[in-house]
Amino acid sequence: MKKVKVCITLKESVLDPQGQAVAGAVHNLGYEEVKDVRIGKFIELEIDSEEEIDDKVKAICEKLLVNTVIENYHYDIEEGVPQ
Amino acid sequence: MKTAVIVFPGSNCDSDMYYAIRDGLGQEVDYVWHQESSLDGYDAIMIPGGFSYGDYLRSGAIARFSTIMPAVIEAAEVGKPILGVCNGFQILLEAGLLPGAMLRNKELKFICRHVDLQVMNNSTLFSSLYDQGETISIPIAHGEGNYYCDEATLASLEADNRIIFKYKNNPNGSAADIAGIINEKGNVLGMMPHPERATEALTGSVHGLRLFQSILKHWRESHATLTS
Repeated sequence: MKKVKVCITLKESVLDPQGQAVAGAVHNLGYEEVKDVRIGKFIELEIDSEEEIDDKVKAICEKLLVNTVIENYHYDIEEGVPQ
Repeated sequence: MKTAVIVFPGSNCDSDMYYAIRDGLGQEVDYVWHQESSLDGYDAIMIPGGFSYGDYLRSGAIARFSTIMPAVIEAAEVGKPILGVCNGFQILLEAGLLPGAMLRNKELKFICRHVDLQVMNNSTLFSSLYDQGETISIPIAHGEGNYYCDEATLASLEADNRIIFKYKNNPNGSAADIAGIINEKGNVLGMMPHPERATEALTGSVHGLRLFQSILKHWRESHATLTS
């Protein structure tokens, strides 16, 4: 069993109004040194096969999990706990 | 003209669309559940607004893989008129039938009100009954209508006159004030404003009705050509 941790972020060229709103709140907390906040998504997949796992994860990401028009992604593969 | 209104779990403008076509346009219309796989016999396909699959993951991302979608893509390829409104537009973007993507509205608010649109191109099958440059009033109701595409895509949309409607006072931060775009072939229109909610005076505007009448006019003309 493998646990795949997918991290999805908005591309640099894409404005992130949610991140900007959160940055405003962080500044209101007094942390003026926080220069930018960008919000993304974190998705975990548990995969019961190691066969061509990179190809599978990339296909799942690019077909469904990620909109490559506006988002970038990266992932890590870890040992998962068998269920 | 026989029209299909695709219904996904979470669609909520399907009845408005059905009503606009049955009562506003006076044409035959059916609901088609997303688990169907055929659109044979339909002349036009409507993908209505709402929150398909609760907008999980991204607006339209899950609906895009419904069993009806291969039939929608096939209908697009053979040139049938396909109109995606609001969440329907988002589904068309996710399906790759139109370029670009939607972001959260610039001010993060869900906006629900009438807005003024400018008709940028009245030479399409969806817009032929509008005047070029005409201002029309159509309601919007969305939280993610901030259209985004890269600069090359935007330049080609502009150059090919594929921006059909622009906002006069951009409510959501959309690139180039885009409210509606069409595909290269000219038979797939996606728009955030709701023409189906503007088909009779009681609801504040009748400016949406001509969009449906334009589709019917095109169908009658192409049908006449085929049978003559």
